[in-house]
Amino acid sequence: MEPLLEIRGPAAPLPLDDINTDMIAPTRPRAHLANTKISEREFDAAALFAPLRFDASGAENPSFVLNQPGFRAAKIILSGRNFGCGSSREQAVWLLADFGIRCIIAQSYGGIFYDSCFKNGILPVILPANTIGELMQEAADGGGEQFFTVNVAERSVVSPSGKAIKFDLPEFRRAALLSGVDDIDMTLRRSNEISAFVDRDRTARPWIYLAKPQRA
Amino acid sequence: MPAAAERRPRALFQKIWDDHVIADMGDDYSLLHVDRHVVHDMGGRSFAGLKNRGLPLKNPELTFATADHAIPTTPGIVWSDYSNPYLENLRESSKALGFKFFAPGQPGAGVVHVVAPEQGIALPGATLACGDSHTCTVGALGVMGWGVGQSELLHILATQASIQKRAGNMLVEIDGHIGGAITAKDVILHIIRQTGASGARGLAVEFAGPAIRSMPMEGRFTICNMATEMGARYGLIAPDEVTFAYLKGRPYAPAGDLWESAVAVWRHLAGDADAVFEKKVQFSIDDIAPQISWGTSPDQVIGINEDIPDPASEPDAVRRKAMIDALEYTGLAAGKPLAGTSVDHVFIGSCTNARISDLRLAAAVAKGRRVAGHVEAWVVPGSFTVKEQAEKEGLDRIFIEAGFQWRNPGCSMCGGMGDLSREKIPSGKRAVSTTNRNFVGRQGPGSRTHLASPAMAAAAAIAGHIADVREFRIEDHGTIA
Ligand code: SF4
Repeated sequence: MEPLLEIRGPAAPLPLDDINTDMIAPTRPRAHLANTKISEREFDAAALFAPLRFDASGAENPSFVLNQPGFRAAKIILSGRNFGCGSSREQAVWLLADFGIRCIIAQSYGGIFYDSCFKNGILPVILPANTIGELMQEAADGGGEQFFTVNVAERSVVSPSGKAIKFDLPEFRRAALLSGVDDIDMTLRRSNEISAFVDRDRTARPWIYLAKPQRA
Repeated sequence: MPAAAERRPRALFQKIWDDHVIADMGDDYSLLHVDRHVVHDMGGRSFAGLKNRGLPLKNPELTFATADHAIPTTPGIVWSDYSNPYLENLRESSKALGFKFFAPGQPGAGVVHVVAPEQGIALPGATLACGDSHTCTVGALGVMGWGVGQSELLHILATQASIQKRAGNMLVEIDGHIGGAITAKDVILHIIRQTGASGARGLAVEFAGPAIRSMPMEGRFTICNMATEMGARYGLIAPDEVTFAYLKGRPYAPAGDLWESAVAVWRHLAGDADAVFEKKVQFSIDDIAPQISWGTSPDQVIGINEDIPDPASEPDAVRRKAMIDALEYTGLAAGKPLAGTSVDHVFIGSCTNARISDLRLAAAVAKGRRVAGHVEAWVVPGSFTVKEQAEKEGLDRIFIEAGFQWRNPGCSMCGGMGDLSREKIPSGKRAVSTTNRNFVGRQGPGSRTHLASPAMAAAAAIAGHIADVREFRIEDHGTIA
C-alpha cells in the first residue's frame, strides 16, 4: 500500500445520517455487461451514490453536492451519524476510493465499512457533530474551491481558514498508514504468535480443530 | 492469566473475546484467532487475492463455503447450467485450496447463516467470521460472529486471524413468552422499533431474560440475526440446555467424549452475574401484537393493529424527514391503518426466517387456503436440509396446493441479488417479506418491503393485503407458535 501522509483537497458536505452501503453503491445487474464495451469498473463507478446523484430518468441531480463544479474533485466527505451502515459490501468503499475520496469525516460509522476504509486507502475520521457542522459550513461557503488538509502524523484536520482539529486514531493504524504497511503484512509478522496461540488452543479446545465431520 | 483479571466479572462476550486474543494491538484493538471462517459465493475475489499475493490459505480445516447470494432458486435449475462466475470460483478454489465447499443440492448447502449452525460448524464460545453483515445470527449459540468486508476476508484467509476493536456490551432483557401469533420475529421487530436502527451501534448485544430462555433455538437465531438492524456488531445469547440439545449430533459438532468435554467448557461461558454492561434495556413482550414495518428503516415498525405514524407528531427534525421520505417511497398515507394495504409479492425465506419451524408456521396458516390471485408468493427454504425436512413433512404440498412457489434454497429476493439480480421485487411493487431489511431498493430497485413474521407473510399472501394473522383460524396447530 502507498503510505498515506496527507490528504489535501475540497471537502464535500453531505449532511445526512445513516447513509447506508446501498445508497453509496447500489447493486445493479451486471448480466448484460458481457455484450457491451463498458468495463465492470466503469459500470460500477456510475453507481456511486446513484440514488442521490441521479434522478429517475438517469440525469444528474444538480443539487447533489458531488455534481457541483468545485466538489467534483472532492477528496474528503463530511457527513453525519452512522456513515456506511448496512451491508458488508466493500463496493461502497471501492467506489468512493475510485471517485478520489481519501478521507471521510463523520460522527460515527457502520463497523464493517469503517474497517474496510483502512484497507482501501481511505481514512475514516470521527469528530463530534458540532465540529463537523462548522467544517460543513466552511466547506459549503468555499464552494469546493478551498482546500482542507488532513495530516495523518499529526492526527489533525486543518480547515481552509486555518482551524486545526485533532482526531483520535489508534497508534497501530497511524503507524501503518504512514509506512504503507497493510493489515495482512502487519499480521503476517506475528506468525509466531499465531502459531503459539493455536498450539495452546488445540489442547484447550480440541473440538475447534476437527478437520472432518463427526457424523455423516 | 493474572488473578486480578479472573476476579473481574465478565459478560459472555468478554469471555469469548479473552479466549481468542493472540496479541494486544493497543487502543482496545486485538489480533483475534478466527475459529471458523464461512465464505459465501460473493467472497470469490478474495481467493484470487490470495493467489495474487502468493499466499497460502492459512487453515483450510477452519474454512467452509456455501453458495447462497447469487444462485438461482428456480426449481429444477441446476446450478452448473449457469456459467456463474461466483460458483465456479468457489468450486475451483475449494479444489485448489482444500477447504470444504457445500455444493448446491448437498446437505450443508444453503444460506450461510442457516447452514453454519445446522451443520454444527458454529459452536459455543467460538469466533466465526463471514463476509456478510448478518453473521451475528450464529451468536444465538453463544458464538462471537461478525461480518467482514472483502479485504478482511482475504486477511482471514491468509492469517486465520482478525484485527478487531473490543466492542462495548449491551444487555437486552426480554420478559414474557412467545406463542400464539407472536413469534421471535415480532419480538425483535418490536425491540428494534424501541431501540432505533442505531440504538446498539457498534456494540455486542446480549439477549437474555425469560423470553429468551424459553425460546426454541430457531427463534433465537431470528433474534440474533436482526441484532445488526439495531446497529450492533455482535448479537449473543448465552448457551444453555436448549443450545446443547440443538447441537448434539450435528455433522461438525464434536461427538463422544469430546462432546462431553466441550459441553463442560460451554457451561462456563454464560456471563458472570455481576458483569458490567455499558447499556441495559428491558422489554416485555406479553402484550404485543404481530409487528410489521411500514417504512424504509427496520425501526419503522408498528403493531398490525396500529395506524401508520404521522411525521407531524415526530419532534426530531431528522427523523421527521426520514419518515416523510419513507412514506413517499412506500406510497403510504400517515394516520391510516397498514392492514388492508394490497400486496403484490410475498417472500418467505432468508437467514432471518427460513428454518423448518418458520416453514411449519407459514404452512399452518396456508393449509387449505389459496394465495390471492394477484399475489406472487415464494417460499425459499434456508438450506437443502431444511428443504428436505419440509418435504418429508409434506409442507411443500401444502404450499404448492395453496398456490405458493416452492423453490430451492438461497438468498433469492432477500438481497435482490439472487440469480444475478433476476430474483427481485419489481420496481413499485409491494412485498411482505420475512427478511431483515426494508431499505430503499433492498429487494430490487424501487421495491417496497414490509418486514414481518412467516405467519404474517403467509396471511398477507392469502388475504392479498396486509392482514392480522390472528384473524386466521389455524386448523391443526391449535395455536401458531
Ligand atoms: S438471506 Fe439475505 S440477509 Fe441473509 S445472508 Fe442472504 S442476502 Fe444476507
